[in-house]
Amino acid sequence: MRYGAFMTSTYTVLSEGLEKRYGSGDQMVHALRGLDLAVEEGTVCGLLGPNGAGKTTAVRVLTTLLRPDAGSARVAGHDVLTEAPAVRRRIGVTGQYASVDGDLTGRENLRLFARLLRLPRSHADELLDRFGLTAAADRTARTYSGGMRRRLDLAASLLTRPAVLFLDEPTTGLDPHSRSAIWDAVRELTRQGTTVLLTTQYLEEADQLADSVVLIDGGRAAHRGTPAELKAQTGSYAEVVVAEDAALHAAAVVLDQLTGAEPTLDPDRRAVGVVTLDQALTLPRIVRELDASGVPIVDATLRPPTLDEAFLRLTGGRELVA
Amino acid sequence: MTTAFLYDGTAMLGRHLQRIRHAPAILVMTQTMPIVFLLFFGYVFGSALAMPGADYRAFLVPGMLVATAANGIMTGMFTAAQDSHRGVMDRFRTLPMTRAAVPLGQAAADIVTTAAGLVPLLLVGLAMGWRIEGGALEAAGAFGLLLLFRFAATWVGILFGLVSRSEEAAGQLGGATFMLPLLSNAYIPTAGFPGWVRVLAEWNPISAVATAVRDLFGNAPVPGGSSWPVAHPVAGSLAWCAVLLTVCVPLAVRRYTTGGR
Ligand SMILES: Nc1ncnc2c1ncn2[C@@H]1O[C@H](COP(=O)(O)OP(=O)(O)O)[C@@H](O)[C@H]1O
Ligand SMILES: [Mg+2]
Repeated sequence: MRYGAFMTSTYTVLSEGLEKRYGSGDQMVHALRGLDLAVEEGTVCGLLGPNGAGKTTAVRVLTTLLRPDAGSARVAGHDVLTEAPAVRRRIGVTGQYASVDGDLTGRENLRLFARLLRLPRSHADELLDRFGLTAAADRTARTYSGGMRRRLDLAASLLTRPAVLFLDEPTTGLDPHSRSAIWDAVRELTRQGTTVLLTTQYLEEADQLADSVVLIDGGRAAHRGTPAELKAQTGSYAEVVVAEDAALHAAAVVLDQLTGAEPTLDPDRRAVGVVTLDQALTLPRIVRELDASGVPIVDATLRPPTLDEAFLRLTGGRELVA
Repeated sequence: MTTAFLYDGTAMLGRHLQRIRHAPAILVMTQTMPIVFLLFFGYVFGSALAMPGADYRAFLVPGMLVATAANGIMTGMFTAAQDSHRGVMDRFRTLPMTRAAVPLGQAAADIVTTAAGLVPLLLVGLAMGWRIEGGALEAAGAFGLLLLFRFAATWVGILFGLVSRSEEAAGQLGGATFMLPLLSNAYIPTAGFPGWVRVLAEWNPISAVATAVRDLFGNAPVPGGSSWPVAHPVAGSLAWCAVLLTVCVPLAVRRYTTGGR
């Protein structure tokens, strides 16, 4: 059976054994090595991986831009190889790099794409408004900031209401404000039933947006699960900065008691850090316990691990294929 | 299918015209260059030729019109390379549009700007003493041939632009095409060229078109004892355009359709 255990119509994005190599001989890069994906209709799938993992290649194959060397994929019920035009009618794509014409204004870009999609001009103007681009609409896109360019790109992908939206690193390099604007737009879309496949290098982004996460490493899925499962396995990283050198050790003792893990000390910054798998451990509790023990703290943070830290845990300490 | 193609092509034509409107400097430069060349050849180089100055200028103006049309290779190459190495191509490729509309729109926009650019060049030519000395119908034929040749040259450029590695590579190779009219009778008669260079120049499509345009404008007679396309300039020019278009259009369209896949 071609799609094995995934053989069901509820998957809007389905790929099996995708292989892609670039170049040949010594220069050959094996970008995808048998990538299997299955994204259920109406959900958000986060493709999480470091630079060079093969995320962009996967998106380009799924959006009919690149022909895989082996394997097959179906998007919105159509085969990306044999039914590319049908796939294109059902998808929206925002690539990693701007896919708008920098020599045209924002308005001209959207109107052009609307025209190619046989949609009225007014539709383009509405989207400019929705993405807060009306004021800049008549400037050429090359003068836009990174965040504006991204929003224009996203607007272009949403001219039709796509069944599947592909977003390749939609917020990389954006300021927090632009980032949350993109996140809001994605959430709004999923509320309306659009299936989203997004790639990211940020655990936090996957956690915020995705229903399912696929860790991709060296061109294949290294781990699959929900963000909650991911967090349960990768834990969080707690760090406190104390007011005086003498308190460093006391802080370490408290953190050790709280987490059962061995804290690491950074005397230069007067910081103590520890990885915790305990989901119930909150920042207020850490602060309270330290306070109760009389440890003078000036800063405390509880953050998700970085992608590298998460990879190290999930792939059993194996080196990253960077 | 055909209507969809024309609709998309018109949309892409609009796109290119809008781009020019936002960055007119390039257009101004490509239009000014032939005028500078015309004055330089007409009054500096021409003075060293055996031909009397006024006769030479009447010979030169149609040649310069054709050389300018041949610049379509350079412009076509540069624009196509730019497009295919920039992200917006990905957008077009993921839209359910006819892909051949992208190069078609580019070639159509080029014809519009070329036609407009002919006006200042002709005015300078008139000021230099060049005149249409033949019939109106023949003159219309000359303009038609100029645009057809420009169209064919643009498709040659589009094809090369699409296969070029980078925008820079296309820019360099495109820049080198200014040599092509030098190896033809566009600027000076080929009669004085040494042996094989003369053969090469007479088989250069630019020579056939320049001879045809001079003939149609009634500026200079067809030189005797030349290659077939030059001896039968109108038929020769049409044949050259047909060959260039039949080879380049399908290849360029194919390249656009399968590009990057
Ligand atoms: N056009 C290309 N030619 C050669 N190698 C490429 C090309 N595109 C990507 N690669 C290589 O393929 C691998 C995967 O790249 P990519 O899919 O862009 O990863 P990601 O998007 O996760 O950063 C990397 O090693 C990259 O260098
Ligand atoms: Mg990428």
